Amino acid sequence: MLHGEAWTVKELFVYPNEYIYWTIQIVMYPFLTGLVAGAFVLSSLYHVFGVTKLKDIARFSLVFSFALLPCAPMPLLLHLQQPLRNHHVLMTPHFTSAIAAFGIVFLTYGMIVASELWFVYRGYFVTTAQELRQKPNRTLYETILMRLYSMLVMGAWDVSHEALEKDEKAVKILAAVGIPVACFLHGYAGFIFGSVKANALWMTPLMPVIFICSAVVSGIALCILTYVITMELRKLIVAWRRKENPSLPSPEELGGVETQVVRMTSKYLVMFLILAITLELLDLIFRGYTAVKSWDILRSVIYGKDFTAIFILQYGLGNLVPFILFLLPGLTVRRAVVGTILVLFGVFMMRWNVVIGGQAFSASFAGFMHYHLPLWPHDAETFKEGLFGALMVGSVPFVLFWFLSRIFPIFGQKETH
Amino acid sequence: MNRREFLKRSMVVVAGMAVPAAALQLIDPKQLLAAKPQLRWAFIVDAYKCVGCGFCVKACKLENEVPYEANISRTWVERYVVKKDGEVLIDSPRAARDGFTTKKIEVGDGKYREVRDEEIEKAFFVPKLCNQCENPPCVQVCPVGATYSTADGVVLVDRKWCIGCGYCIMGCPYGVRFFHPVHKVAEKCNFCYHRITKGMKSACVDACPFGARQIGNLRDPNDPVTRIIMTERVGILKEEYGTKPQVYYIGLSKEVR
Amino acid sequence: MKSHVWRPLFVAIGLVVLILTARVFIVPADFGIGERGYMYGWHRQGNEEEWKRVTVKYKTRAYCKECHAEKVESIGRSPHGALQCENCHGPALDHPKDPPTLTIDHSRQLCIRCHAKLHTPSSGRSKIRGIDPETHNPEAECSLCHDPHHPNLEELKRHE
Repeated sequence: MLHGEAWTVKELFVYPNEYIYWTIQIVMYPFLTGLVAGAFVLSSLYHVFGVTKLKDIARFSLVFSFALLPCAPMPLLLHLQQPLRNHHVLMTPHFTSAIAAFGIVFLTYGMIVASELWFVYRGYFVTTAQELRQKPNRTLYETILMRLYSMLVMGAWDVSHEALEKDEKAVKILAAVGIPVACFLHGYAGFIFGSVKANALWMTPLMPVIFICSAVVSGIALCILTYVITMELRKLIVAWRRKENPSLPSPEELGGVETQVVRMTSKYLVMFLILAITLELLDLIFRGYTAVKSWDILRSVIYGKDFTAIFILQYGLGNLVPFILFLLPGLTVRRAVVGTILVLFGVFMMRWNVVIGGQAFSASFAGFMHYHLPLWPHDAETFKEGLFGALMVGSVPFVLFWFLSRIFPIFGQKETH
Repeated sequence: MNRREFLKRSMVVVAGMAVPAAALQLIDPKQLLAAKPQLRWAFIVDAYKCVGCGFCVKACKLENEVPYEANISRTWVERYVVKKDGEVLIDSPRAARDGFTTKKIEVGDGKYREVRDEEIEKAFFVPKLCNQCENPPCVQVCPVGATYSTADGVVLVDRKWCIGCGYCIMGCPYGVRFFHPVHKVAEKCNFCYHRITKGMKSACVDACPFGARQIGNLRDPNDPVTRIIMTERVGILKEEYGTKPQVYYIGLSKEVR
Repeated sequence: MKSHVWRPLFVAIGLVVLILTARVFIVPADFGIGERGYMYGWHRQGNEEEWKRVTVKYKTRAYCKECHAEKVESIGRSPHGALQCENCHGPALDHPKDPPTLTIDHSRQLCIRCHAKLHTPSSGRSKIRGIDPETHNPEAECSLCHDPHHPNLEELKRHE
């Protein structure tokens, strides 16, 4: 079976070598990098602009951004026909290609987030390592943690007031520098599509900006959602543990989701949502107005075959409904949860409509290709490029986030600055 | 001299040395030669002469070890049937590997349309292959340098270096690229580079019984292919993309995609 | 530089140095900017030779003529002279060493590539004599009545 033949159905005239080559994993990749970028921007809103109410969620989103980062290359590895050669992008990058930017952008962004995390948690590492060192009966887990923290401290054991001030300053600088890098991380993904003149749907200078805006939207939405879920879960877990150990804090003392935090963050979400929608509609209107050679086939795809996916699912459920939900007065946490889930769905559909939509028509402009996402895998390829591969990619960040939160605790440890 | 003088003088010296060094960079002799080499391959397709026999496709697959049963090909032939009411039907069954042997026109996977002879205003065949563009967008978008243009104009793929990302396949406006089902890397027509560099012609050029395909050297003013391109009315595909394709068509028509 | 603040930067620099060192071992020595510059010529030079070394399968009529001169000349005088021997007999490869004999394809599919009559005004195909493969002796091989090397039936009858 040819790569692509299993899930492509051709209609009318399609060039013989054309199949849908960029499938669900290429949809997942910008979705994940978008979450990475958006989570980072949210974290920076606190560190750079000092929006104090966002302090809790800022720490949370920084760790989450770091958890998402190693997961982002996963869809690419699953997609490559030669995954073992993936390092070639780092070895002989051809910078005339947007994809070659991947190596540099990823490494730079990774180093910034890792460094920022180090500065944020260094004080905590030092105090915890020192405490554990004094402790007489350490468990194995605690010994491992102590060793790990001692290593991560990298010899910088000074937690005097001046040293911690230096940490804070470094965090501010990194958070500020990181914003344009995070934008580049996702903007370059938009450039990958927007610069392909051979694809009539992808070709537009607006693509990088649209991608960045919807990335920030998705990142903020994911952080709000995960924050709410985590806070509620924490309450449940502590309440359950409290039965054995009454010394643990009560639910009231613990505090749950802060409605104010959710409301504040949602405001930023709505701002970027407006921007993203404006640009996308602008692109659509321009295409219809200028009606170049490709307009006939694009119109059939946008207003015909993909009408439901674009207007009902993406614009309707994914943009308009959450827009209304967030703007109605008296935003409750419950409404925000529904809104963020719909927003995330909308951003996913946007990636889908760009990647799959761009391959829904032939380069001949005289035929169509229909994508049938492989649901049940019956060989390596239908797993990698099918529903199960996508689900795997979508769930690993949460697993990684759980592990990372053991090392970088996200709740209520003693404030070091 | 004092420190200030010394610094000023050294700046001048460094700046002075930078100019010829930069000039050497700008006027690299290798690049100059590449700008106007003695050899630049060009191809001619005569859509009047093509009868749609598909011998070119068969020869190409066997010559270049492209799996015969697979539904891809380095070259293919398209059939255009233009009806009296203006409707245009286009197909290329199995890339015309078995030729065109039926009046049934393929309009999708396993679907056909029959057009009565009386309804047909004109019908013709158009062979397609890689245009070996002067400004190949597929080369521009390769992230690792696995595909490249040679000095004589042919675009090749390094099978050992390609990572199989598919960006080049997306970047080609003509749809000539695909993933090789066995090697699992990008693949496309290369004018039978192994033949033309030995003084032979591409397999499809030799196989065509009607002379619908010709290959030659654009830099040789006496080459018959060059004579045709320079003196007769020839067309190219999708000029608006700025790729500068080097496959020239005689008998191109407005319906051709 | 005494401050601990620079430590992550050293780690980052270390990572970059690691990658640059790996390059020395992994990237082939002949990889670089070719004659067409960085945009169009960034590649491994040795690959060009690899492509030139691909084996030639189709040898063309000139090669067949070396041993089968009479046959080539006689077919050349018929309308099928336009065809290459290998169109119907397959690529010569290393014939006569390997394969010792070339296939003789008797199937209808081979002949109707050109001779299935299609209505193609404005194409050279309309000049080829053809039949409707579904009605013209559909069960028989074309070569039962038509000699592929001397396809003209009338001429054949005159010589009988």
